[in-house]
Amino acid sequence: MLLIACPYCGNRPETEFRCGGQAHIARPADPGALSDAQWAEYLFIRDNPRGIHAERWNHVHGCGRWFNARRDTVSDRFLATYKMGETPQSQESNSILSTSTQAEARA
Amino acid sequence: MLEALYRTARALPLGRAPASDPACSGVQITPAGAEARFALRIRDAGASAAGLPLDGPINSVRGDDRRWIARLGPDEWLIGSDEAEADQLPAAIAADLGERAHAIVDVSHRNVGIDVSGPLAAAVLNAGCPLDLGDAAFPAGSATRTLFGKAEIVLIRHDGATPRYRVECWRSFATYVHGLLAEASLGVGETARR
Repeated sequence: MLLIACPYCGNRPETEFRCGGQAHIARPADPGALSDAQWAEYLFIRDNPRGIHAERWNHVHGCGRWFNARRDTVSDRFLATYKMGETPQSQESNSILSTSTQAEARA
Repeated sequence: MLEALYRTARALPLGRAPASDPACSGVQITPAGAEARFALRIRDAGASAAGLPLDGPINSVRGDDRRWIARLGPDEWLIGSDEAEADQLPAAIAADLGERAHAIVDVSHRNVGIDVSGPLAAAVLNAGCPLDLGDAAFPAGSATRTLFGKAEIVLIRHDGATPRYRVECWRSFATYVHGLLAEASLGVGETARR
């Protein structure tokens, strides 16, 4: 069984976890200034990369905490897990962080 | 008190089922009697409340068989105690925590306990639980929420020379969990090898 390293509990079986979709999507500071298309993009449009993807995960059948993970969508390998509000350690992650919002990623 | 009367009238979903060892493999599966349990949530907990330590690491249990406190997450604890103490414990904890924001909820009626003990107890539990229950990964004094089959459980390992586990599940899962434990115990030990 795939093991996922919960930042609070350590390595735990994958069935204890739920995926919460793409991570690091910042809510627009001023939603009223956005067009409907921009707002819809923030709400609904997500990346679907072939490769490294930053995701939110929830250790629902464990400590119940949400955390972030960087996962390779090809190999299903977890490269890093880190608590909410923390930044990932390794180099490649910087590119993920710098494209933290959909709007920035598409600009 | 109404609560006290209510507790006395509590029906146990597994009845007064006797301790069983279906496979004669030395694994005893014993439904626990009625006990009081509380879910405590507090951020930035202090050292202790009502004599229960709150400073243990995540996924550990403190106390003895009768009165224990398991830390399930950074801000979540599950407390077990005798029913006799149940009416006083929440007030005692609230008094110790004082003004700090917290939630203590009586979940005695939600939880059902099953004791699993014996040298091969870990093998029985691993039939439905994918956790590593080896001595290095899950020593005595460990406690965690996890899965057993399709049911969510809290698994506690008490101190002792032979492994002694407590499985805490929600009452609607109790017959399922108990049945799965009994079934799994048929697959370990001498009986399974024959």
